[in-house]
Amino acid sequence: MGSRSSHAARIPDVDSIRRETGFSQASLLRLYHRFRALDWNEKGYLSRVDLQQIGALAVNPLGDRIIDSFFPDGSLHLDFPGFVRVLARFRPVDDEDNRNRDPKEPEPLNSRMNKLRFAFQLYDLDRDGKISRQEMLQVLRLMVGVQVTEEQLESIADRTVQEADEDGDGAVSFLEFAKSLEKMNIEQKMSIRILK
Amino acid sequence: MFLLLPFDSLIVSLLGISLTVLFTLLLVFIIVPAVFGVSFGIRKLYMKTLLKIFAWATLRMERGAKEKNHQLYKPYTNGIIAKDPTSLEEEIKEIRRSGSSKALDNTLEFELSDIFYFCRKGVETIMDDEVTKRFSAEELESWNLLSRTNYNFQYISLRLTVLWGLGVLIRYCFLLPLRFKEFLSKHVHLMCYRICVRALTAIITYHDRKNRPRNGGICVANHTSPIDVIILASDGYYAMVGQVHGGLMGVIQRAMVKACPHVWFERSEVKDRHLVAKRLTEHVQDKSKLPILIFPEGTCINNTSVMMFKKGSFEIGATVYPVAIKYDPQFGDAFWNSSKYGMVTYLLRMMTSWAIVCSVWYLPPMTREAEEDAVQFANRVKSAIARQGGLVDLLWDGGLKREKVKDTFKEEQQKLYSKMIVGNHEDRSRS
Repeated sequence: MGSRSSHAARIPDVDSIRRETGFSQASLLRLYHRFRALDWNEKGYLSRVDLQQIGALAVNPLGDRIIDSFFPDGSLHLDFPGFVRVLARFRPVDDEDNRNRDPKEPEPLNSRMNKLRFAFQLYDLDRDGKISRQEMLQVLRLMVGVQVTEEQLESIADRTVQEADEDGDGAVSFLEFAKSLEKMNIEQKMSIRILK
Repeated sequence: MFLLLPFDSLIVSLLGISLTVLFTLLLVFIIVPAVFGVSFGIRKLYMKTLLKIFAWATLRMERGAKEKNHQLYKPYTNGIIAKDPTSLEEEIKEIRRSGSSKALDNTLEFELSDIFYFCRKGVETIMDDEVTKRFSAEELESWNLLSRTNYNFQYISLRLTVLWGLGVLIRYCFLLPLRFKEFLSKHVHLMCYRICVRALTAIITYHDRKNRPRNGGICVANHTSPIDVIILASDGYYAMVGQVHGGLMGVIQRAMVKACPHVWFERSEVKDRHLVAKRLTEHVQDKSKLPILIFPEGTCINNTSVMMFKKGSFEIGATVYPVAIKYDPQFGDAFWNSSKYGMVTYLLRMMTSWAIVCSVWYLPPMTREAEEDAVQFANRVKSAIARQGGLVDLLWDGGLKREKVKDTFKEEQQKLYSKMIVGNHEDRSRS
């Protein structure tokens, strides 16, 4: 453990990151320390392997998919701004965000829609904007492993797609997905609070 | 500019003087007691004084930070995020209940929203997880005047800087040359280990010495640093088991072999578990041979938890004497992160710390019972050690530091979730 400076000034581009993600200075500091702790050999960025080393993540059935969401478009290196940008989606929504928001500015990263989009992309592997029956099956298979038979899984997948699918194209688009979850308290379920 | 109150500067100089006096006394009395194995109460006093200084230093830093209206970085030992301790089943039921307009939750098999649970849990582990914390040195909540553990360096006022400078001076000029000289002299094993212990200003408290390992047994302990060896060996005779190291360790190992029979392995031999087991069994069966000292975790953990013990040493069938070692991290971090720095750097850090304070508990001997297999026995021993030392008993393999986790754990999660989906299906077909 070397002497690590705690000053926020050491984080590159800290102000622009703050504006973009909405994290407080203290939270950013904690995440920065976490980033550096995950970066074993101090490369300055994270690779897939670094995230795969996290034991508790490796036993999560969706672990690989979650890691993929940190490396969009096939990139291999994850720098700190990229790291925080993804984590920003899980920032709890507070009323301040909505009050002071300038409607001309882009949606904040932790808005309800963006949280839904994050979950959606865990289902939608090929990023075509729709969850096909096949993709639904794949995710289900990941979550249950070998415990459930193929027939049972298929019937579950069929039923789920049918219920959510409104325009009858056999797949669930993002809007259909959002509609089927409109009563859900997404803001609370997809939020992680960082201690002060 | 802050006001220098008259009595504050007096305190600093007083502390300086008393510290110097203390160390001179230590200097004089270090060799004689080491030879006769007698201890003085000076070291306890030293420890108490240090504690008071650390607490005072932290308070100063907090005050300094408040003056500048900045936030102090306080490392949290319990993690940086707020976690709900609910189980998989409860959370998913809650998610379904809150999202669905359908009243009954027993007939639902799978919901699109189930994914939220896994998603959030996954990202939580990326922000903070139990294991990665264990492999970086334990974070302290108060500063112990070693710049290497300090996060808030820039808030130090003039007073603190003076004290810190004094500390550096003392440590590098008094303690280091003293220890270096001591470290090089060795003729009799026990005496030389004792000198090392004094040299590191190790304040060790041994508990339950009546349970000390006897000949023909295996002594098993949790592993934080190579200093564990010195600490245990200064209180009894052991035969060591380990890999042949190059460099400084190799020299020491060769010297030790000449004095009494140890069991050293080449790295390639270590892979052959049967060979290892055979040699250990031979050693153990010879009742005149010393008890073997083994650290079954396989790697250095940062002393806040006890990782899964490898089962090899428990298959042999000899009596196992568990020993729990717990370091007090306030005085000097004994953790050796072998992937970050090598042996010599580590030794240097040890020598220039304030002191090594630790407690050693000798637990009553355990033998493998008839219905137990080696893994269960290993876990039993591990729990006993963890409980005694107040360490967290983790199920993870110490090899996590270098390898990925096994798939069996993932299956557990999948089984739990499947029961929720398919179990409900069975209820449905019945009704």
